[in-house]
Amino acid sequence: MAARAWPYDPKVPAPGVDRETLDPDSAEWLGCLDQAAADRDGCLSRLHALMTRAARRELARRAAQLAVSGPELDDLAVQSAGDAMVAVLAKLDQFRGESRFTTWVYKFVMFEVSAKIGRHQWQHHAPSSSEIDWDRLPDRVGLGPEDHAVQRDLVRAVTSAVEQDLTEYQRSVFVAILIDGVPLEAVAHGMGVSRNTVYKALFDARRKVRAALVAHGQLGQTEGRTP
Amino acid sequence: MSDWSLVEHFLHTDPADVGCDGAMAVLEVYAELTHADPAAARTRFPGVAVHLSQCGPCAEDLTGLLRAIVADEADS
Repeated sequence: MAARAWPYDPKVPAPGVDRETLDPDSAEWLGCLDQAAADRDGCLSRLHALMTRAARRELARRAAQLAVSGPELDDLAVQSAGDAMVAVLAKLDQFRGESRFTTWVYKFVMFEVSAKIGRHQWQHHAPSSSEIDWDRLPDRVGLGPEDHAVQRDLVRAVTSAVEQDLTEYQRSVFVAILIDGVPLEAVAHGMGVSRNTVYKALFDARRKVRAALVAHGQLGQTEGRTP
Repeated sequence: MSDWSLVEHFLHTDPADVGCDGAMAVLEVYAELTHADPAAARTRFPGVAVHLSQCGPCAEDLTGLLRAIVADEADS
C-alpha cells in the first residue's frame, strides 16, 4: 500500500490507484467494477450483497439505539446499503488503495447506518421545548448533590457564557447536545448539516465557555488544572 | 474526579483534534491499522486518535468498521 503524507487534506484530489500494488481481492473488485468488465452486473450484485450483510450486522449491533426491530430494522439496513452503494460507485475513482477495498466500502456503510440512526433519533428525541432547562446542567457534568456550591456557580457561569459569548448557532448546538442530551448525529440531521459542522460548532462553543470560566477564575489557564 | 475537574472534563477540547471530516477521510486506514496494532494507528494518526476519543459518532463508526473487518476474517 502506498504511504501518504500526513496531515491528509481530503480536499486534494487523490491520485489514481495503482492496481499493481493492491492486494488480489481489492484488485479483483476494481477490475470487475470497471465499466468495461464482462460481468459488471454480477459484480454489482456481489457488492450489494456484501454491503447489505455489513449494514444488517451493524444495525443489529446498534439496535439498542433505535426503537425499531424486525422488518423495520431490516428496511433501514437495506436503505443504508443502497445509499452506501450509490456513494461508493460515485467515488470509486477516489479509492486510494491504502486499505483493502472492502474496508473502504464498509466505511460508507457505517456512515449511512449512522445517518439513518441519526434521522431516527431526531424523530424520537428532538428537543420538545424552546425553554432551556439549565437545572439539567449539573447532572450532565456529573456533579453530585453534595456539590451544591459548585452547582450554583457552574449554572450561573455557564448560562452567562452561553448567552453572551456564543453565536446563536453555537448556542443551539451546545444546548441540544450538552443540556438536552440529543445525540450529535441527530442534531446534524435536524439542522440539515453535516456531522462535522455540528462537531465544529460544539468544539468552538466548549472552548468559548471554558475561556469565560477561566476569565472569571473558575477554571485554570491550562486544561487539566483547576485554580 | 470531583467538582471543577468534572467541569474541566465537560468542556475539554484538544487543538490536535482533526474533526469528523479529517477522521472520516482516513477511517478505513485507521481501522486496519488499529486491527493490527492500535498503538501504531495512534502514532501514525495522532489527530485522528484525539478526535475518536472525543467524538461519539465517529468512534461508533470505527467500532462498526472493526467489527466488519473481524466478521470478514471469520467468513473467509
